[in-house]
Amino acid sequence: MISASTLADGPLLGLPLPELWFALLFAIFGTFLFLDGFDFGAGAIFATLEDETAREAVLSAIGPFWDGNEVWLVVFGGALFASFPAVYADLFSRHYLLMFAILGALILRGLAPEMYEQRHDEGWQRWWGRSFVAGSVLAPFLLGAFAGNWLVGADRSLTLVGFVVGVTVVLLTVVSGAAFLRLKAGEYLPDAVTAYGVRAVVGYLGAVVVTLALLAVRLPDGIDTLLSPAVVALVVASIGLAAGYAVAMRRGAHLAALAASGGLTYGLVAVVAVVMYPLIDPAVGATVEGSIVSTLPLNLMSIGAAILLPLVVTYFVVLYSAFRGPVEPGEAY
Amino acid sequence: MIDPVIASRLQFALTTIVHIIFPVMSMGLAPFLVYFTWKDIRTDEAIYEQLRRFWTKIFAISFVVGTVTGIVLEFEFGTNFAAFSTTAGELFGGPLAVEGMMAFMLEATFLGVFVFGRDRVGDKLYMVSAVAVGLGTWLSAVWILIANSWMQTPRGYELVTENGQTVVHLVDPMAAYLNPRFGYMFVHMQNAAVESVALFMAGVAAYYVFRHHVWGVQIRNVEFWEATLKIALVALLITAPLQVLHGDMYGRHVAETQPQKFAAMEAVWDTESYVPEYIVAVPTSLEDITDPRAKDLFGIGIPGGASWLASGGDPSAEIRGLNSFDTESPPVAIVFWAFRAMVGLGFWFILLAFWGGYRWYTGELFEDGLLHKALMASSLGGIAATELGWIVTEVGRQPWVIQGVMKTSDGVSPGLTGTEAAITLAGFALVYGGLLVLYTYVVVRIIRGGPPSRGELRSVGGQSAESPAGVTGDD
Ligand code: HDD
Ligand code: HEM
Ligand code: HEM
Repeated sequence: MISASTLADGPLLGLPLPELWFALLFAIFGTFLFLDGFDFGAGAIFATLEDETAREAVLSAIGPFWDGNEVWLVVFGGALFASFPAVYADLFSRHYLLMFAILGALILRGLAPEMYEQRHDEGWQRWWGRSFVAGSVLAPFLLGAFAGNWLVGADRSLTLVGFVVGVTVVLLTVVSGAAFLRLKAGEYLPDAVTAYGVRAVVGYLGAVVVTLALLAVRLPDGIDTLLSPAVVALVVASIGLAAGYAVAMRRGAHLAALAASGGLTYGLVAVVAVVMYPLIDPAVGATVEGSIVSTLPLNLMSIGAAILLPLVVTYFVVLYSAFRGPVEPGEAY
Repeated sequence: MIDPVIASRLQFALTTIVHIIFPVMSMGLAPFLVYFTWKDIRTDEAIYEQLRRFWTKIFAISFVVGTVTGIVLEFEFGTNFAAFSTTAGELFGGPLAVEGMMAFMLEATFLGVFVFGRDRVGDKLYMVSAVAVGLGTWLSAVWILIANSWMQTPRGYELVTENGQTVVHLVDPMAAYLNPRFGYMFVHMQNAAVESVALFMAGVAAYYVFRHHVWGVQIRNVEFWEATLKIALVALLITAPLQVLHGDMYGRHVAETQPQKFAAMEAVWDTESYVPEYIVAVPTSLEDITDPRAKDLFGIGIPGGASWLASGGDPSAEIRGLNSFDTESPPVAIVFWAFRAMVGLGFWFILLAFWGGYRWYTGELFEDGLLHKALMASSLGGIAATELGWIVTEVGRQPWVIQGVMKTSDGVSPGLTGTEAAITLAGFALVYGGLLVLYTYVVVRIIRGGPPSRGELRSVGGQSAESPAGVTGDD
C-alpha cells in the first residue's frame, strides 16, 4: 500500500510532476478559455442582435453550459494555489486591481442573463443586455491582459503587451462564439454571425502577429524563443486552423469550425506556456522546479487529479449530450 | 490612509458574510429538491412537480449568486492574503483545488441538466442529476470546511524555513485534513443549512396560509403552501433540537482546543471556577454592550453552567480568563454577543418547531395566526444564526489567522497599499449591496409568482410552455 511516508519519498512513479503540473495548469486554463470563451463570444455577438427571438436564442444556447464552463477558472485558481502557492500569491496580489476588475466582469456576466430573463419590459432588458455584453467582453479582455502581464513579468498596471493579448483573446472568443451560436441556435440568428466569426479569425491572426512582435522586443532572448521549433510549429498550425475555420463556417460545418476554434485556443495557451517555461513567475524569476509544493502534497494532488479529471470529463459529456442539437429560445425548467 | 490589514479583514468579512447566504440556501434546499424530484418521478402527483419546480427556481438563482460571490473569495486568498497563502498554501490550496474538481464541477454541470433538462432527459438521468447537484453542494462544504477547520485546529504539519520564509509543510495528511474540528464543523454547518432553509420555507408558506385561513383572502394554489408548511415543519422538528445538541458538544470542543476563543465567548477575564452561563444577559449600560464582562453582567445565569459546558459536566471546572493569555484578546464584545444571539435563536427555533408540531397534532396548524406570524418573523432567522455562528468562529480566532501558528496581521499581502485595498473595499460595499437587493428582488418575485399552475404541469398532462419537438424523455 502507498503510505504517507512513501508518498513523501519522491515523485510518484518517478514522473516529472512539476512539469506535468505546469502543463496541466495551462491545459486547464485553455479548457476554460475555450469553453467559457464561446459563452463570452456569444455575449459579444449578443450586442449586434436587435431581434428579441435571436437574443433569447443566444441566452438559451449558453444557459445550461456557462456555469460548468466557468468552473474551469475556479479549478485553475485552486490548482495553481495548490501546486505553486507562492506563485499564486505573488501573481494575484501583484495584479490586485486587475484581479478585482476580472471578478467584477465575471459578476456582471454571470448575473446578467439570469436577470434579463426575470422581467420582460424594455428598460430592464436593455440594461441587463448591456451588462451581459460588457461583462462578456471585459472578462476575456482582462483575463488576456492578466496572462500577458504574467508572461512578461509586468507589474500591476495595464501594459501594452497586456492590452494586445487582451484584444487577441476577445477576438478569439468571438471566433468560437460565432461557431457555437451557429451550431446551437443557427436558425434564429442572422447570417451576419458567420461573417463576424470569419472576420474575427482574420483579426485574431493579425493580433497574434502583433503580440509576437511585441514579445520579441519585450522578452530577453525574445527572437530566439519565438523562433524555437515549438513556437513556429504552433503558429503554423494556428494559421492552418484559422483557414480551416473560415472554410468550415462558410460551408456550414459548424461543429468542425468550433473544433478548429478550440484548436486555436489551446494553441495560443501553448505558445504562452512554451515561451514562459522554465519560468513560472517571470516577474520574480521563479522557476517551475523551484516553486512547486513539496513532494507529499504534490503526489497526493496528482493522485486526486488523476481520479477526478476523468470524472469531470464524464460530467461534461453527459451535459453536452443531454443538450446536443439546437435549442429553442426560452427553453427552461 | 486606511490600513491595508484592516481593509483586507473588513473586505474578507463582508465578502464571506454575503457569500454564505447563497450556499446556505443551496445546501439547505438540496435534500428537499432530491426528495421532491424523487416523489415527482415516482408518484406523478401534481404537488411534487410544483414543489420541485418552484424551489428549483430559488435554488438556481441562489446558485448563480453563490458562484459569482464564491470566485471572489477564492481569489481573495491570493490578492489580499498573499503571505498567508504562501505560508499555508501547501495545506490550504489542496482542499480548494479538490473542491473545484470534485464538488463544483459535479454541481455546475448537473445543474444544467437539472434546471434546463426536464424535457430532454429520461427520468433516471434526471434523478441522477438532482442527486449529483445536491451531493456537489455538500461536497463543497466538506472541502471548504476542511480548509477552515485546519485554520482553527492545525494538525499534521511542520514549520520549515525556506528562503528566509517560514512555511507550513504537510507531513500527515490524515491528521491535517481530518483535524479534530472538522467533524463538529461539518455536522453543525450542514444541519444549520437545512434548518435555515426549513425556517425560510415555513416563513414563506405561513404568509400564504395566514392570508388564506386567517384573513380569508383567496389564494391560488393554497394546497401548495399548506404542503410546503408541513414539510418545512417536519424538517424543523428534526433539525432544531439536533442543532442545539451538537452545538453543545461543539462548545466543549472549542473550550478544549481554543481556550482563548471560549473565554471571549463567555467574556471571562480572570481565570475562575464555577463560571455561570448567562442564557439571558441584559446589558444595563452601554459599557456592558461594548465591553461585556461576565462577572458584572445582569442576567439569568445558570450557576456553574459555563464551567459545565466547557468541561462536559463539571460545574466547578476552571475556565481560563482572557487576561491569562500572552496574545491580545479577540474583540470580546462581538464574539460574546454573537454567541448569545446564536444560542438564543437556537432555542427559539426549537420552541417554534414544537409549537408548530403541537398545532399540527391538534389540527389547528392552519388556524393559529400567532404561530404564522412567529414563523414569518423567523423566516430569515436561520440565516442570521448561521452568520452569527461564523462571526463567533472567525472573529473569536483573532488575532490568529491560523490558530497559534500565524497572526492575521502577518498574513496580509506585503505589497498591498491602503489605497488599493480601500478602492476594492468601497467597490464591494457598493456591488454587494446591489447584489443583495437584486437577489431579494428576484426571490420575492419568484415567491409572488407562486408555483406553476396545474395547467402547466407535465404530471397532469399539460405541456410545459416550450417543450421542444421530437425530444423523448417522458418515458
Ligand atoms: C441555524 C443556525 C445555528 C443555530 C441555531 C446554532 N448554531 Fe452554532 N453555529 C452555526 C449555526 C447555528 C454556524 C453554521 O454558523 C457555525 C459557524 C461555524 C460552524 O461550523 O457552524 C456555528 C458555530 C458554533 C460554535 C463554534 C464557534 C467556533 O468555532 O468558535 C459553537 C460552540 C456553537 N455554534 C454552538 C451552538 C449552540 C450551543 C447552539 C444552540 C444552543 C447553536 N450553536 C445554535
Ligand atoms: C462562509 C462563512 C464564513 C464567514 C461568514 C466568515 C467570516 C469571516 C469574518 C467575519 C472574518 C474577519 C475576521 C476578522 O478579521 O476579525 C473572516 C476572516 C477570514 N476567514 Fe472567514 N468566514 C467564513 C468561512 C471561511 C472559510 C470556509 C475559510 C477558509 C477556507 C475562511 C477563511 C478566512 C480567512 C483566511 C480570513 C482572513 C484572516 C482573518 O481575518 O482571520 N473563512 N471570515
Ligand atoms: C471563505 C471561504 C470560501 C471560499 C474561498 C469559497 C469558494 C467558493 C467558490 C470559488 C465558489 C464558486 C463555485 C462555482 O463556480 O460553482 C463557491 C460556491 C459555493 N460555496 Fe463557497 N467558498 C467559501 C465559503 C463557503 C462555505 C463556508 C460554504 C459552506 C459550508 C461554502 C459552500 C459553497 C457552495 C455550496 C457553493 C456552490 C454555489 C452555491 O450553492 O451557492 N462556501 N464557493
